Amino acid sequence: MSFQIKKQPKQYDVCIVGSGAGGGMAAKLLADAGFKIALLEAGPDFDPANNEQRTQLRWPWESPRRGAGSTRPFGDFDMAYGGWELEGEPYTQNNNTEFSWFRSRMLGGRTNHWGRISLRFGPLDFKRKDFDGKGDNWPIGYEDVKPYYDKVDKLIGVFGTKENLPNEPDGFFLPPPKPRLHELYIKKGATKAGIPMIPSRLSILTKPVNKERGACFFCNQCSRSCMAYADFSSSSVLVKPATETGNVDLYVNAMVREVLTNGEGEATGVSYINKEDLKDYEIKAKVVILAASACSSARILLNSKSSQHPNGLANSSEVVGKYLHDSTGSSRGGFIPKLMDRERYNEDGVGGMHLYTPWWLNDSKHLGFTRGYHIEYWGGMSMPAYGFGFNTQALQEVIGDTSRNAYGTGLKRDVKKFYGATFGMAGRGESIPRKDNYCEIDVNTVDKFGIPVLKFNYNWSDEEIKQAAHMQDTFEEVMHNMGAIPLGDKPGKDSNYGLEKPGKIIHEVGTTRMGDDPGSSVVNKFNQAHDVPNLFIMDGGPFVSQADKNPTWTILALAWRATDYLIEELKKGNV
Amino acid sequence: MDRRESLRTLVMGGMASGLFLTSCVSDKKSPVEEGDVLEERENYGRTPEEIERDEELMSETFFTKEEMAMIASLADIIIPEDEESVSATEAGVPEFIEFIVKDIPEHQLPMRGGLMWLNRESSKQFDRSFVEVSKENQLKIIDQIAYPQDFEKTSPGPTFFRRIKNLVVTGYFTSEPGFKYLDYRGNTPNVWDGVPEHVLKKHGMQYDLDLLKHAMDPSTRNEVMNWDDYQV
Repeated sequence: MSFQIKKQPKQYDVCIVGSGAGGGMAAKLLADAGFKIALLEAGPDFDPANNEQRTQLRWPWESPRRGAGSTRPFGDFDMAYGGWELEGEPYTQNNNTEFSWFRSRMLGGRTNHWGRISLRFGPLDFKRKDFDGKGDNWPIGYEDVKPYYDKVDKLIGVFGTKENLPNEPDGFFLPPPKPRLHELYIKKGATKAGIPMIPSRLSILTKPVNKERGACFFCNQCSRSCMAYADFSSSSVLVKPATETGNVDLYVNAMVREVLTNGEGEATGVSYINKEDLKDYEIKAKVVILAASACSSARILLNSKSSQHPNGLANSSEVVGKYLHDSTGSSRGGFIPKLMDRERYNEDGVGGMHLYTPWWLNDSKHLGFTRGYHIEYWGGMSMPAYGFGFNTQALQEVIGDTSRNAYGTGLKRDVKKFYGATFGMAGRGESIPRKDNYCEIDVNTVDKFGIPVLKFNYNWSDEEIKQAAHMQDTFEEVMHNMGAIPLGDKPGKDSNYGLEKPGKIIHEVGTTRMGDDPGSSVVNKFNQAHDVPNLFIMDGGPFVSQADKNPTWTILALAWRATDYLIEELKKGNV
Repeated sequence: MDRRESLRTLVMGGMASGLFLTSCVSDKKSPVEEGDVLEERENYGRTPEEIERDEELMSETFFTKEEMAMIASLADIIIPEDEESVSATEAGVPEFIEFIVKDIPEHQLPMRGGLMWLNRESSKQFDRSFVEVSKENQLKIIDQIAYPQDFEKTSPGPTFFRRIKNLVVTGYFTSEPGFKYLDYRGNTPNVWDGVPEHVLKKHGMQYDLDLLKHAMDPSTRNEVMNWDDYQV
């Protein structure tokens, strides 16, 4: 067996690592501009319209496990090839901390299953340090990114309503779907508690934005990736048209090991392992864009060691991998007695909530924590899957009816009676990025490709724990006001008020943060590495802080902004 | 029951590789439209690794014949046939339970041990194994573990009963007859235009007028969005 490294003879203009939101956006814009692109993806090709891969509109009984999460953590029909654990690709932890790292290996990456919650960062979100003195400001502000949010809205499509809220900027919104019944109940309770609930902002096409993608047909299954391309998945919406230009060579199952450099400190391409033949290959390009996800890109940089870059590439600041942060999350389920025995109709709607609660307490000074959260809601007559009915006994206890119907026709009728009467709420909050939450290379451990793996070190601080406690109080207040009964015990101090372990919300960002000072940041405000001018990072890594907003819309806007800059620099011959 | 038989082979228009269906409107943008029914395949969108794992699990047998007989009689006690719908065994629940304990191995020991416990209890009380005693006596045992006294709630019988009950209920209500009984209406292309008016009324709810003005209009939802007059 030969271990000779195979070199592609072709020299590309740009090599992009990763086909998720950032990589897809860069590929689309660069291909449209006529540049020759190599796009590398660590997983297989994927198209939700391919019947061999499609999970949309399937029934639970098509799966022998009825959709249980045995192989995919969010269930059989979820469209992420991967999870928090990948066979042969471990990661380790420092000091007994627990960070969970979700990876989806497929064309389009995690954009195939995400919640499509497409929120702009507001003016405050870029400058939080100015108000609470914690963390750091971004080197850019809302006005710098706004034109790109506008373009992303129009190119990709997001529904919502103009609300004129100071830190929740309006955009180019498609019309929103009408709320579902449980959402109207929740809104009653929220309004009484003085908590806003507005139409959600999801990148789902309630109207088409072009002729290539269909309109939503309301199956509630965006997490399965849409065969009509009516939701935003990078593969369907960006990579597909990019490859149709003829300017993109797509390399799937290509696991990037490191960025290659020359003696002048410039990137010359990447080295990758083809997962099909397990051989090493090299791709040469004038510019390298890393968009492999915050932690994967940090890992590639830290593994790109040379005598010139003993700490890894683009890491003279030694902050690659540092300031890792995920959203906070805490949730509670409830039961609406008035929805028992409800009339049946198709209540699927779009894939996600039709109403949500943006953070409403920016002006409060005495909460004990300084960063906000938004609230997401679920419920209604959704499609049963494995786990359906497990709560029947608990609901019988809630309504005080435990002396009958433990089995038999009565049990069957109770399950039917309770269907569609449960719901839930989940807070998603901003955590404060800290240098001592990080990933680094574990020099003692390699994955099955022989690549050194990441070791994590991550602890929540008091800020995040107090925020979770506030979430739980809010949930109970809203439930009380709407005539609902909270289910289970209220999570208390012993469980950090239900605060999920870091990594569980899958919004991890910050590992290659941007800044004006090369001594304390990895990339400049155009996502360009301070140390390596022809190296860009376009995933969540450059985030200085993640707001309480899901990161995708900002990844897309920043990738567009960075790619515009890169195209100018290429034209000028500067890179 | 053969799993192939348990899968419906449907129906009107099949759908392959995102080709547009020929039914309905000719210029439609979406591969599916209201009322379309997709053909079901045995492959439910698996990766090669997942197919391999499924096949491996399918080739194994966990429960003995005797255990399966007990599971079947318990399943039909938990969800019997009645005038509205079929029984759990008719809906394929025992086969689902055989698969799920292989798929989620933490069920294996409590299920096997629970069945043993039940047989011992049956022998103690009626001198026969569970499947051999009369229906009436089976129910006597089940009542003891389905409606336990407070002090018994965490003992082996009730704990086992909760587990098998959950598996039977979930297996039933994720089957096709279970969906029919539940009267589930979704998982089909449609146009969401809000909660039906009479349902809103019944719950004392109404839509906010301002929201209605901006909400999606089903009559124009297939027209490409025009931003010309849009102001942010």
